[in-house]
Amino acid sequence: MKCDNCNKAAATVHLTEIKGGKKLEKHLCEQCAAQNEGLPVKTHTPINELLTNFVLAHSGLQKETGVGGCEHCGITWADFRQSGLLGCEHDYGVFEKDLTPLLQRAHEGATHHVGKVPARRGEVGVPMKKSVDLTRLRKDLSRAVEAEDYEKAAKLRDQIRQAEE
Amino acid sequence: MKLSDLTNHAGEWLRGSGPMSEIVISSRIRLARNVAGFPFLAKSSRGQRTMLEGRIRETILSSQIAPQTLYVDLEQATDMDRQLLVERHLISKPHAAAEGSRGVAIGENETISIMVNEEDHLRIQVLRSGLQLEEAWEQISKIDDSLERRLDFAFHNRFGYLTACPTNVGTGIRVSVMLHLPALKLTGEIEKVFRAAKDMRLAVRGLYGEGTEATGDFYQISNQTTLGKTEEEIISDFKHVVIPKIIDYEHHARRTLLNDRTTALDDKVHRAMGLLKSARLIASEETLFLLSHLRMGINLGRVKDIDVRTVNELFLLTQPAHLQRIQGRKLEGDLRRAVRADYIRQRLGGV
Repeated sequence: MKCDNCNKAAATVHLTEIKGGKKLEKHLCEQCAAQNEGLPVKTHTPINELLTNFVLAHSGLQKETGVGGCEHCGITWADFRQSGLLGCEHDYGVFEKDLTPLLQRAHEGATHHVGKVPARRGEVGVPMKKSVDLTRLRKDLSRAVEAEDYEKAAKLRDQIRQAEE
Repeated sequence: MKLSDLTNHAGEWLRGSGPMSEIVISSRIRLARNVAGFPFLAKSSRGQRTMLEGRIRETILSSQIAPQTLYVDLEQATDMDRQLLVERHLISKPHAAAEGSRGVAIGENETISIMVNEEDHLRIQVLRSGLQLEEAWEQISKIDDSLERRLDFAFHNRFGYLTACPTNVGTGIRVSVMLHLPALKLTGEIEKVFRAAKDMRLAVRGLYGEGTEATGDFYQISNQTTLGKTEEEIISDFKHVVIPKIIDYEHHARRTLLNDRTTALDDKVHRAMGLLKSARLIASEETLFLLSHLRMGINLGRVKDIDVRTVNELFLLTQPAHLQRIQGRKLEGDLRRAVRADYIRQRLGGV
């Protein structure tokens, strides 16, 4: 079918309008649809890009990390998939998106640490204990409430208040 | 303390005492840690690896984690010494077989061991006899704190302690309990335990951990989830849910054997004792199975003149590296089997 407007290009956009109870059908090419009707039309994705995305998706690789890899240790996502071992501490940040579903599978759906934390961390000695300890305290609190151990719950509530100040 | 001092006795954790020790051989907790600023080992250069090993060694030795600490440089150690450390559960098989700068620090009657440059920069381990998980956790956490005062461990606000393998990330904790389950094996119910363990996301392994088959009815049960749960939660699940359930199963199977199949039970136990007391050639694996039946017989009161401690020691001292160390010479093939049989007869008062 040719375009109703230019009668040259193939009609790929099909519009149905109802005006005053009358049905009006329009068959336009992408260019005319964009110009006359103001319809945004996506440009075609080049076939090679489509194929690359397809292959990456099916090999479990994501486009964002499949190419570059970690600038610190040089490891790529494909390297990791092969060995099962990461190359350095930065990889957890670099491959965060890809690692998350994998971690969820390995750790019963969990993606966040709630256990022990180092008392001090890094050369600047940023104190981290506060934020993560709070997570643990809140968890303990809800458990104490569930168990109807109100004495313990009150203590935990006070500890949380103190930590939040 | 020298490595040779370890040879003639079993480690403290094998002394056959501690809570539930008729079924629970030992409790082990391991923490995986990496030093911030250094790549993980798969991506470390030779120089980085050596530098790291030196720094960690110095830190361990100056941290006074135990009154006396023995540090073994595994790059320099002989094959037999490395094998000896594997048999005593102080290092893993891959750590013994690896190459390059690496070591192990051993302290306090072998209840503490810290592997340096294994899969992670540090693998801190505490081993205890019987079911003593909370005590082990208290001790290991203190060691971790004292090392952390001198080393910055790689840590991420969301992911916790960062490890080379994402299956260890978060707490980096591996809780492993070694169980002796001969009655469940004899009554054919051991598969139930495996299925229950799988449902609870636990791994069941053999005597020497990952990749090893269960021998002599010993099974090691470990957690697999290290993220999203606190160390205390993981330990509490083991202590209050997982292990008591398995102990109940085993007790039940032992009672069934004792009450309904007494002759069959006695036959198993006394055949094992008969072979151990009179064999002239005996292989390492057969020894484990026979000692396992003998141990069950002692625990069920069917054998009275041998104590569990002797049997526990024999489990360890009849293994290849230990046997050769005791004899002070290299032993191969039939000669090794003959020496093993002689040694067992001598310890059990055989013929």
